Amino acid sequence: MTQVSMTVNGKAASGDVENRTLLSAFLRETLGMTGTHVGCDTSQCGACVVHVNGEAVKSCTMLALEAEGAEVSTIEGQAAADGSLNAIQQAFQDHHGLQCGFCTPGMVMSASALLKENPKPTEAEIRAYLEGNLCRCTGYHNIVKAIMAASGQDVSAIAAE
Amino acid sequence: MPKDSGIGASPKRREDLRFLTGTGNYTDDINVNGQAYVHFLRSDVAHGRINGLDTAAAAAMPGVIRIFTGADFEGVGGLPCGWQVTDRHGQPMQEPAHPVLAQGKVRHVGDPIAAVVAETAEQARDAAEAIDVDLEELPAVIDMKAAIEEGATKVHDDLTSNLCYDWGFVEENREAVDKAFADAAHVTTLELVNNRLVANPMEPRVAVGDYNRATDDSTLYTTSQNPHVIRLLMGAFVLGIPEHKLRVVAPDVGGGFGSKIFHYAEEAFCTFAAKAINRAVKWTSSRSEAFISDAHGRDHVTKIELALDADHNFTALRTDTLANMGAYLSTFAPSVPTWLHGTLMAGNYKTPLIYVNVKAVFTNTVAVDAYRGAGRPEATFQLERVIDKAARELNVDPIELRRKNFITEFPYATPVAVEYDTGDYNATMDKLIEVADLAGFDARKAESEKNGKLRGLGVNCYIEACGIAPSNLVGQLGARAGLYESATVRVNATGGLVVMTGSHSHGQGHETSFPQVIAEMIGIDESMVEIVHGDTANAPMGMGTYGSRSLAVGGSAMVRATEKIINKAKKIAAHLLEASDADIELKDGQFSVAGTDKSVAWGDVTLAAYVPHNYPLEDIEPGLEETAFYDPANFTYPAGAYACEVEVDPDTGKVTIERFAAADDFGNIVNPMIVDGQVHGGLGQGIGQALLEGAVYDENGQLLSASFMDYAMPRADDVPFYTVDHSCQTPCTHNPLGVKGCGEAGAIGSPPAVVNAVVDALRSAGKDITHIDMPLSPSRVWAAMNQ
Repeated sequence: MTQVSMTVNGKAASGDVENRTLLSAFLRETLGMTGTHVGCDTSQCGACVVHVNGEAVKSCTMLALEAEGAEVSTIEGQAAADGSLNAIQQAFQDHHGLQCGFCTPGMVMSASALLKENPKPTEAEIRAYLEGNLCRCTGYHNIVKAIMAASGQDVSAIAAE
Repeated sequence: MPKDSGIGASPKRREDLRFLTGTGNYTDDINVNGQAYVHFLRSDVAHGRINGLDTAAAAAMPGVIRIFTGADFEGVGGLPCGWQVTDRHGQPMQEPAHPVLAQGKVRHVGDPIAAVVAETAEQARDAAEAIDVDLEELPAVIDMKAAIEEGATKVHDDLTSNLCYDWGFVEENREAVDKAFADAAHVTTLELVNNRLVANPMEPRVAVGDYNRATDDSTLYTTSQNPHVIRLLMGAFVLGIPEHKLRVVAPDVGGGFGSKIFHYAEEAFCTFAAKAINRAVKWTSSRSEAFISDAHGRDHVTKIELALDADHNFTALRTDTLANMGAYLSTFAPSVPTWLHGTLMAGNYKTPLIYVNVKAVFTNTVAVDAYRGAGRPEATFQLERVIDKAARELNVDPIELRRKNFITEFPYATPVAVEYDTGDYNATMDKLIEVADLAGFDARKAESEKNGKLRGLGVNCYIEACGIAPSNLVGQLGARAGLYESATVRVNATGGLVVMTGSHSHGQGHETSFPQVIAEMIGIDESMVEIVHGDTANAPMGMGTYGSRSLAVGGSAMVRATEKIINKAKKIAAHLLEASDADIELKDGQFSVAGTDKSVAWGDVTLAAYVPHNYPLEDIEPGLEETAFYDPANFTYPAGAYACEVEVDPDTGKVTIERFAAADDFGNIVNPMIVDGQVHGGLGQGIGQALLEGAVYDENGQLLSASFMDYAMPRADDVPFYTVDHSCQTPCTHNPLGVKGCGEAGAIGSPPAVVNAVVDALRSAGKDITHIDMPLSPSRVWAAMNQ
């Protein structure tokens, strides 16, 4: 076992891990931060997306030890201190962009990374960017709509939500 | 003007706050003090005999607590099947044993052979690799036609063959149907495959078994759509634990789509092992395990024939289907190709004579059971495809051919045993033509052609039977359970309500929509109502959520219990107001005496029920809590019309969905936002089936599409924005809310629209193509174009 230390959502976090421990397992099992989900074992589904030093990363594809000293941001750190949702989270609720909620942490973290690099993405750009995030409930309609709304675009003309 | 609360409003979902902040409580988030972890050693061959199993080396590995094999489960019940189908000769289906861990033989890749329980999941996995299995590979039967040929290798040695049942429906109609075909002016025939699918909810299955030796209580936390059903099946049939000693909790569940209805071996194992080692035992499925252990869906091969007279009236329908059961009978598997499929073969049409034959077949593949729609997508796909083909053969408009044969008078008793209570199929077709802008299709097609693309239009109808179902009816049809739902409504002293429902929400938003109903009934704010579900310790009983039944059946139970509450509250109010309870009216949370200005508030009445100082104690008990069980009088029959426009790239065969419109009749709507979301999700899955998804076995029984690398799940750029309309509403006539159910419609109605559209695109380009089997991958479409 090796000790690993990082900053998670602005707070120092450390724990003993095996060399093979994935960052997703470190977050969920060592730190008990179960907001990050694991939906596959081939890095396809994207439920486990977190930000590492500002970049979107599938935490199931990164060893915990690789995150030594990193700034990690997870779904648990997205709302404000008073609990109010950030603009992306709020748009997902406003536009029914989630159903069972399992893919949602990854969707929100991916959307956040997208809007950082492309503040007003088109529908096609959003759909292309989400190629690494699977959702089985929504048919993606309201997820795409929510991300457009979160980026300040008028979505009132898009069919029913 | 949209309402802002109550029935018909779209309040924001209250469950979203926890899901959006990472504070949900999914089964894998649950950890019990001192828990151990299990890893299952699964068969890597499709059919084999276990000649030896040496666990000594594995047992000596670090952290291993105990290794279980089939021998530990001798004397323990097998996994039960919940539905017994009777074949066309009056004989019961063949029903093989389904052990928790393999007993001597394995019958599909993924069949569990042994289970290693260890201190950590990694130690359990490492040790499982050290188990020495002497597995003699046997010939496997994968293809259904080959499986029922004389002399085929048997999946189960103790059965007479691989034929589970040969079902005829309605058997008495058979000769009349054959005669109608002999007399027909035109017969259209189509052979097709309804491709095998994997439900793949994003949350893999998880089970945590816990045992308290001091009280002899067992608890199972599991990813289930119906915790009470698991308690019943596992307690009564597998482990012999009575209900009062077994609690099943299904907390936040990350999607189900049918695949989390069934009782699985891993649930029974964790519950059994927790008692055996006196520690909690946790299993978390990997996605790779899910592909080879979750029940699959669909997998039918069908020949359908439609007979028409000279005026293009449908005169008879005849179908011949092979339905794959896999290696074992999953919980509701036998009902899917029969009672959930044959009974829908009338569709939206007044075909007077129908005969459906289904042969259910055992193969060395993972079990097949209900997946979103369950039997109804298979019925809709073949019917709507054959009608489209008939229209082309007769050179008539496919919409007009449908309209000519629509059922227009209700109630309507079909020749396949069900009675549609209400509907208006012309209305949904008219609405579809409007919202899909079919008038603009030719212009869009011309634009596509300019861009070198072939554009096609596919239109179809669907009907489904939801709200399953009257218990006495399904009992006659072979169900081994009742299919009512229960609700307990507890009113607290200060007026808030808690509803404990047997329905289960795993994405459907019951915590938001169910309170809308109660708020409307009482005239209070929705925030005063809390929904509790997913725990057998709370709701009295529950049959759970599947078949689009939650609001129609579970919601009706809640309405009935709330009516009892209101009746009792009126008696209390009458006492407080010194009036007759017949004169008490409830509106906007106030009880008033009709024709007077005397009134008392909801909260004052509820307080009086718990502080009964001034109270009619001689007539009624204190307290305000009621339970109702609701057993539906009939199925509900949502129906609608769908339109898909595709572009096909003639160079590559790639299909893109350019537009998709749905006009549904779901009866009354409680929360339009949630209904739209349910349709969107169904469309995504239906388009996935039509274009992308397929569970493919090779001839040796290896699942080739066994990960998200190989099984093509629909992604955001595979689908368009959908146009969804549910303004056509013919309310259900027999449940108190007039609701029909909306969860499966999208998945049922969309595959034929996609295939009809692709065939249309290719034919309009001069290709003589009548059908392509799903999924319509670029290679299949290209091959069809270039054959």
